[in-house]
Amino acid sequence: MLPTDAGDPTHFRKVVDCQWACPAQTPVPEYIRLIAHGRHSDAYMVNWKSNVFPGILGRTCDRPCEPACRRGRVEDETLTGSRKEPVAICRLKRVAADYKEDIASRLPKAAFSNGRRIACVGGGPASLTVARDLAAVGYRVEIFDEGDKLGGMIRTQIPRFRLPDSVIDEECGYAIGVGDVVVSRTRVDSLKDLLGRGYDAVFVGTGAPRARALKLPGSAEGAANIHLGIDWLASVSFGHTAAIGRRVIVLGGGNTAMDCCRTARRLGGETVTVVVRSGFAEMKASPWEKEDALAEDVVILNYLAPKSFVIEGGKLAGMTFQPVRAVYAADGRRDLVPTGEPDRLIECDDVLVAVGQENAFPWIERDIGLEFLPSGLPKVDPTTFGSTLPNVFFGGDAAFGPKNIIWAVAHGHEAAVSIDRFCDGQDVAKRPPPGITVISQKMGIHEWSYDNDITVDPRTKVPHLDKAAAIGNIRAEVELGFDLQLALREARRCLNCDVQTVFSAGLCIECDACADVCPMDCITFTENGEENDLRGRLKAPALNPEQDLYVSPTLKTGRIMVKDEDVCLHCGLCAERCPTGAWDMQKYLVELTHAGCRP
Amino acid sequence: MTYIAKPKLHHPALERNGAGFTRRDYEGAISTLCAGCGHDSISAAIIHACYELNIEPHRVAKLSGIGCSSKSPTYFLGNSHGFNTVHGRMPSVLTGANLANRELIYLGVSGDGDSASIGLGQFAHVMRRGVNMVYIVMNNGVYGLTKGQFSATADRGSRSKKGAVNADAAIDLASLAILMGATFVARSFSGDKAQLVPLIKAAIAHEGASFLDVISPCVAFNNHAGSTKSYDYVREHNEAVNRLDFFTGQPPITADYAPGTLTEVEQHDGSVLRLRKLDEGYDPSDKASALAHIQEREAAGEIVTGLLYLDPKPGDLHRALNTVKAPLASLSDGELCPGAAVLERINAGLR
Repeated sequence: MLPTDAGDPTHFRKVVDCQWACPAQTPVPEYIRLIAHGRHSDAYMVNWKSNVFPGILGRTCDRPCEPACRRGRVEDETLTGSRKEPVAICRLKRVAADYKEDIASRLPKAAFSNGRRIACVGGGPASLTVARDLAAVGYRVEIFDEGDKLGGMIRTQIPRFRLPDSVIDEECGYAIGVGDVVVSRTRVDSLKDLLGRGYDAVFVGTGAPRARALKLPGSAEGAANIHLGIDWLASVSFGHTAAIGRRVIVLGGGNTAMDCCRTARRLGGETVTVVVRSGFAEMKASPWEKEDALAEDVVILNYLAPKSFVIEGGKLAGMTFQPVRAVYAADGRRDLVPTGEPDRLIECDDVLVAVGQENAFPWIERDIGLEFLPSGLPKVDPTTFGSTLPNVFFGGDAAFGPKNIIWAVAHGHEAAVSIDRFCDGQDVAKRPPPGITVISQKMGIHEWSYDNDITVDPRTKVPHLDKAAAIGNIRAEVELGFDLQLALREARRCLNCDVQTVFSAGLCIECDACADVCPMDCITFTENGEENDLRGRLKAPALNPEQDLYVSPTLKTGRIMVKDEDVCLHCGLCAERCPTGAWDMQKYLVELTHAGCRP
Repeated sequence: MTYIAKPKLHHPALERNGAGFTRRDYEGAISTLCAGCGHDSISAAIIHACYELNIEPHRVAKLSGIGCSSKSPTYFLGNSHGFNTVHGRMPSVLTGANLANRELIYLGVSGDGDSASIGLGQFAHVMRRGVNMVYIVMNNGVYGLTKGQFSATADRGSRSKKGAVNADAAIDLASLAILMGATFVARSFSGDKAQLVPLIKAAIAHEGASFLDVISPCVAFNNHAGSTKSYDYVREHNEAVNRLDFFTGQPPITADYAPGTLTEVEQHDGSVLRLRKLDEGYDPSDKASALAHIQEREAAGEIVTGLLYLDPKPGDLHRALNTVKAPLASLSDGELCPGAAVLERINAGLR
């Protein structure tokens, strides 16, 4: 193998699994360390810079970081007494938001106006991110949203028992408070018209607002008791709906279905059944959302395909389902085929349909040069988020279909960079590199400026409100969040993967001290070879191809140093036992470059 | 030294050996020796060897004297018996322990100061008595604990870190061990585990006095340009006479080697040593020529490593003394003190 290129930070960026997995590249270990130090405001600002909505995401994020977390690969069940689990990154983010001091004075403020005007259609996370990034550097941003309050789907679709209004108000406020942002509570009915109003650029962040309906026999007759999930959630959220039948069926296996069933439990649903076509493991809902639903006595039935609505006396009385099973084709494609068992009737008073969302752009004229794909989505460049009109950009669910808040934020950052470059007459395709700060963590002979003493504590559970109290009050937040002691305990589980083992081959005397002391057998001194061959003959086999090998140039004895990054604890023992300083622990603080950075 | 304890977490693919232990189970406390000390590599090699031999840790007794080397038993085999003796007196305490319980595996861990200076007499006698043990000298040529004065194994003409030239002749412990009657003598280098681990395994399996001289660079005081025991010097001047593979049970058949270059030696316990000759003329079963070869190569400035001498049919102290098969420690009071009548009979026999 060729030696790892020390000049290219990609290798080290990938080692920070959580940050690499985060669409907005939040420097996770950095803010977790700050939380451990009790510096909650600093931790909040690290988050705010990257992901704009720390308090919201700390309650609702889909957490792509957690399945990636190295801790989930290195824990030992016999030591922790629990299964291998990642650090509770998401809930630590909430700790930063819960315990921060007043940070208003720390928010950036646009120093001057650059005279440019940007329109953002939609007031959800993508638009708000664009607004924040651009307003902070002097743009005037006008947000158009038909709702009474900002937040978009955050406001309408996420139940208040998961996310209080106050948190949304606060963080939407910070986003638009950085500069000249004007919010119009109006609906945009024509893009053509908007484009004619002389904006320097237009950003479309209108989400995927239309719920997919389910046309089955009986739909029309039962319509009064068949509700579309996201519309129903919005109606509950705004207080228009305050009750539901005693027996409720929720169709769909995603997070919206989980929100629907838990909301139904709070509005009088006593027997709430979620019916899903797929198996339990394949459901789209996050595992923790399924757990939370089950904990509230929701029943989840799998492998049942909806067949018809049963109407009795002109009113919905139940639904029939056909039992199916999964059959996998050779290419891995899944088919659900009937098992041949008799249909199953489930009685109910109401049905909530949460089988997916669609994009809708009835307000965009098809003759203005903005091209659409056959799927109904606009043609959007995945890097620049530009459309086929050079001054119109898309982001969030409006760009590539339904995803999560953190993706909308990431899109918003990139679109803002594009808009900024576009307005500046620069090539939009050229992207600014991330800002990287590398700092040695050595404080003394055996002293590092991070906590390298690895704890074997199992993942800390977030305390929940008592079940009866939670179900009795739709506005009572279920999760209570970590207190400071629990937060510290959980923060200590972080392995500090951004504090990297950096090897200087020229200093190495091949004494083996690092290889001998490494608790995870990550380091091997051996003859060079092809990657597959090397992976098989390391001190411990490197079985995870997703994780790179760190390869040194040839050493004095003709061997190379190979480190398998997969299960490194970042405990720094290799660097402590190194007599020549060939190993050093260096913090790689990586921050994406947002709009306004001029090279 | 290091302040944190070594994390308990381990590689997910860490395997258990035939005795049900992982390699980590053979570790000791984290080392407080200087970073990069060769002794730590030797400790790691001992851990490897014991793991691969499926040794139960409670069947090992590790004894040492005084010095950096003699601190090292704390850093391996944390679940074994240990005894830190007086300076240079490890061999007599070990001999006593061995007489009391012949069933344990004895590791005597010592250094060049402990064995070649204050304990030279003890060293010579434990070898000539044939005590069944593995005597490992972690040989760095300096007194590391007192800041790097030459020890008795430092080569004449080598320089200290401060530039002083050593005027005294060096004691070659390996040659001395062969002369004194050790039945397994090897030399190796802490920086070459591929050579060292099989030698330790073979030495443990050898039922007699085995001696391992392991050159172990002192990173703090003897790893500089004028040293003959530095990482660089040893790597440049290392002349291995053979490569050893150690097998318990039948070794696999290999035909990769030219005829005459492979020798297999079966030991008392059934283990097999397979030697690949690297030096044409070297015969480790011939004491006189082995000694001559070592002297000759050393005069030429080379460091001869590998299995230097092996007597496949060694004697040992217990056989010489004709002791009972059961460990003395396991005998009952009645067996140990058979009473006045028996004493009377013995005395009568001597009249």
